[in-house]
Amino acid sequence: MANTKKVCGPGAVGQGRHLMGAERGRVMDTKQAILRLADARGVTGYESPAGDVVTALFADIVDEVRRDSLGSVIMLKRGASPKPSAKIMVAAHVDEIGMIVSKIEDEGFLQVRMMGGVDRRILPSMEVTVHGRRDISGVIGAIPPHLQDPKDKDKSWKWEELVVDCGMSAERLRELVRVGDVVSFDRTGVELANDRISGKSMDDRAGVAVMYECAVELQKLKHDCDVYFVATVQEEVGYGGSITSTYGITPDIGIAIDVGHGDMPGLPEHHTLKLGGGPAISYGPHVHPHIFSKLKEIAEERGIAYQVEAGTSPRGTDAYAMQMTRSGVATGLISVPLRYMHTSVETLSVEDVKKSGQLLAFFASAVDSRFREGLTCF
Amino acid sequence: MLLAKLSEASGISGQEGEIRATIRNEIAPYVDEIKIDPIGNLVALKRGRTGKARVMLAAHMDEVGLMVVGFESNGLLHVDSVGGVDPRVLVSKMVYVGRNKLPGVIGSKPIHLLEREDMDRATKMDALLVDIGAKNKEDAEKLVKLGDPVVFATKCEPLGDGFMKGKAFDDRVGCCAIIEALKVQHDFDLYGAFTVQEEVGLRGAGVAAFQIEPDLAIVLEGTTAHDVPETPEHSVSTVPGKGPAIVYMDRSWVGDKRIIDRLVETAEAASVPYQFKRTVTGGTDAGRIGLTREGIPAAVVSMPCRFIHSPVSVINLSDFENYVKLAGLFLDSLDERGLPIDEGSCKKTN
Repeated sequence: MANTKKVCGPGAVGQGRHLMGAERGRVMDTKQAILRLADARGVTGYESPAGDVVTALFADIVDEVRRDSLGSVIMLKRGASPKPSAKIMVAAHVDEIGMIVSKIEDEGFLQVRMMGGVDRRILPSMEVTVHGRRDISGVIGAIPPHLQDPKDKDKSWKWEELVVDCGMSAERLRELVRVGDVVSFDRTGVELANDRISGKSMDDRAGVAVMYECAVELQKLKHDCDVYFVATVQEEVGYGGSITSTYGITPDIGIAIDVGHGDMPGLPEHHTLKLGGGPAISYGPHVHPHIFSKLKEIAEERGIAYQVEAGTSPRGTDAYAMQMTRSGVATGLISVPLRYMHTSVETLSVEDVKKSGQLLAFFASAVDSRFREGLTCF
Repeated sequence: MLLAKLSEASGISGQEGEIRATIRNEIAPYVDEIKIDPIGNLVALKRGRTGKARVMLAAHMDEVGLMVVGFESNGLLHVDSVGGVDPRVLVSKMVYVGRNKLPGVIGSKPIHLLEREDMDRATKMDALLVDIGAKNKEDAEKLVKLGDPVVFATKCEPLGDGFMKGKAFDDRVGCCAIIEALKVQHDFDLYGAFTVQEEVGLRGAGVAAFQIEPDLAIVLEGTTAHDVPETPEHSVSTVPGKGPAIVYMDRSWVGDKRIIDRLVETAEAASVPYQFKRTVTGGTDAGRIGLTREGIPAAVVSMPCRFIHSPVSVINLSDFENYVKLAGLFLDSLDERGLPIDEGSCKKTN
């Protein structure tokens, strides 16, 4: 394929093995893998630092790693059979929401606007990195209570009021930053109680971690199909990476791994998933009924607790993009329950990620040519 | 760096234990006496060579923050503000809960499930819950107690060209300046008062001043600086980079002109840059100290801090250097020229 760069091919085992762990193929514990992925930076369209972490993480447990021309990382785990029973593509997006510099103010502050869906109410007192000529730390300030007009207290601050302070003069900022440079949230993920973790970009690095768990599981399981793990780019602004990588791979089956809204006060129960309740198997127009049934059947067979997520809208995940590529792809969607989506404190249960990875691995090993052929029988 | 250590120590009003212990350890080698009074003020004495006058430096140890006030059935914690915290700065922030500093996060509803007009409204304190990972109320109650303090999880680190970011610069900058001042012996007895509960109504300072009974007091504070675009000039308050701010009055008090003049003369003689604070909002410990007993002449020197009372404030490091320096030079001037209150005053003399 044109314009693709082979990063690490078969036999190149050992590349990127600066990760810890002695067990063959198992290079990092799930929790550490999620945190490492989530801490990496990769604002939509500028995913390469996060892509590098993905590449390093998977290097020893897949057979091929390459990046397509948009930057999606495509990793192949070959099936046992020389004639693979099917090509399964698993997609989780590697991009994250962030901001972009829109103006450098004469007073030495930066105006920013959103990249992907950012509720500006999360921004006051947020620490950020401005990816200029070099990475620069910044703080989004908030007007102190002492200087506020009391009648404004019920309103949220507008984008124009949420400027970034880098501790630099306008002159110096103009040397280092240009309009159009991206800005990411500074957040090091933390462990909470009960094996829950919180940080930025769990949407959808948690999905990438599910693929990692699956790849680790597949070291132990026999599978005849070829499995392509794809860390897709530009999902947050319209699934660009998923559209192009699906075109390149031409899979028989496409499974998207994304996050679903976790339970919290103020949200209706029917719109949320239970944190720690296991993977959510999604159903709706974006999902092939046979794949939905197969995922449920396998979860029950293997004793994996799961939840069903019924969604009527086709939009919102890579499953939508995969479904409509070339002559059509049968799709499925597994969602990891996640609280506070699109904030810098997205919170999840590590167990849900592990279980999602296991479910996906059992599914991949169960797909045979009969199942593949049956997908056109409605 | 001492300021980073003080900034990262926790101590909401009424629960100043950690910051008090930190300061106590820092000053122990330099002072002659350390006393903790019944409401928690830490008062240190550095004896003077003659000891004929008593001078008090005051800075508050406490910081604004939150306190646990309830539990949701799903294990999330209800909190309320301690001191002036705008709920709008809390969304999507990391905090430490309780004495063992359990990590917690303050989340919000996802943008996907909001109505467009929701984003124009400020989030209310009632909707801001702390998630420590507890599975339910019983689980949360095992980890956290009602009344536990909640502080911002912010690292104090350099920022850009000669700036520093961190929490609680209001008023750990003042604590830092007093710690430096206590290292030097003067003619007079120097009292360093690290006060409690300033943020909830200036409660500690008057009590400390009553015990010390000083001839003169200087309050070392952190104050607002809002030089961001579109701010009307009269609201800018102070400007980082222009030196420590001398305060002539605030909501709680009017400064002693004789001390203010001496501060200005001292700064000018040593070419230390300074500015005057241009707003009179907010109160300081000087409001209490000034009205203690029969009245104590007092003045305030403030450190300009952007974004105070939020999880992350910003200061200019050369301002900070000059702030500490001005405090030291002022004390030196008392040795050289005597107390400014003696000049044409009917107060008691040395």
